[in-house]
Amino acid sequence: MNWGSWSEFFAMGGYAWYVWGSYGVTFALLGLEVILLLKRAQQREAKT
Amino acid sequence: MSATIKWFWFASPQTFYPLAGTLARWFAFAAALLAAAGLYVGFFLAPTDAQQGEAYRIIFIHVPAAWMSMFIYVVMAFWAALGLAFNTRLSGMMASALAPTGAIFTFIALWTGALWGRPTWGAYWVWDARLTSELILLFLYLGFMALQAAIDDPRRADRAGALLAIVGVVNIPIIYYSVQWWNTLHQGASVSLTRAPSMAATMLTGMVLMALAFWSYSIAAALVRVRCIILERE
Repeated sequence: MNWGSWSEFFAMGGYAWYVWGSYGVTFALLGLEVILLLKRAQQREAKT
Repeated sequence: MSATIKWFWFASPQTFYPLAGTLARWFAFAAALLAAAGLYVGFFLAPTDAQQGEAYRIIFIHVPAAWMSMFIYVVMAFWAALGLAFNTRLSGMMASALAPTGAIFTFIALWTGALWGRPTWGAYWVWDARLTSELILLFLYLGFMALQAAIDDPRRADRAGALLAIVGVVNIPIIYYSVQWWNTLHQGASVSLTRAPSMAATMLTGMVLMALAFWSYSIAAALVRVRCIILERE
């Protein structure tokens, strides 16, 4: 195990902005794509 | 012979539509499982890097996203070329369905690379051959999508997009070999088919799991999008 506590985990050895900035933007973008896709699929299915 | 018939049967959008829906669900499920496993290995099992500390953990999304950005482009160009050669409707739709997901992964590769570059190189961005060619890849994706959006007739949009996609393929080997051809700040490949990987086994496991998760995600997203395109066009 790498982390003694949750605060240590979130601090990422002082690289919190870089690590969480990467993961945050990645999953936010993929999540956004999923939401937009499901919305588009629902609209199309409703029309036909 | 029967195999040939089957492929052409699925090349019809109407028969492909329900199959794509079932496949998309399975790949979405696989993507979630693989990502959970990959994140667990990446954050809790992989050790701290001796040189880079915790900053190296960006690798678990940076490298898989960069692989996907290139791979999706090749697949997109392949479908586009198939559409040009055989004039099958589904091929052009597949190419259009892949482009947005590919563009997202290209942006993710650039973004995570910038956030990794700052602590390790001291700069968010440098005009390095690897970074510049990857940025060109993002413009190729955006150009492909803009070109298709600008043409009303979907069949003409497919053909115009296909030309752009096929010409743009030349950029893929440039990205891949840029670290060998030029003296780049970006490091060379850590993983290759011919050499043993230059990293700890747990790090490699985390990276491979995340790569598989991104693969499954991309397949699921492209299939859902191609279903929308089929409904919109047919």
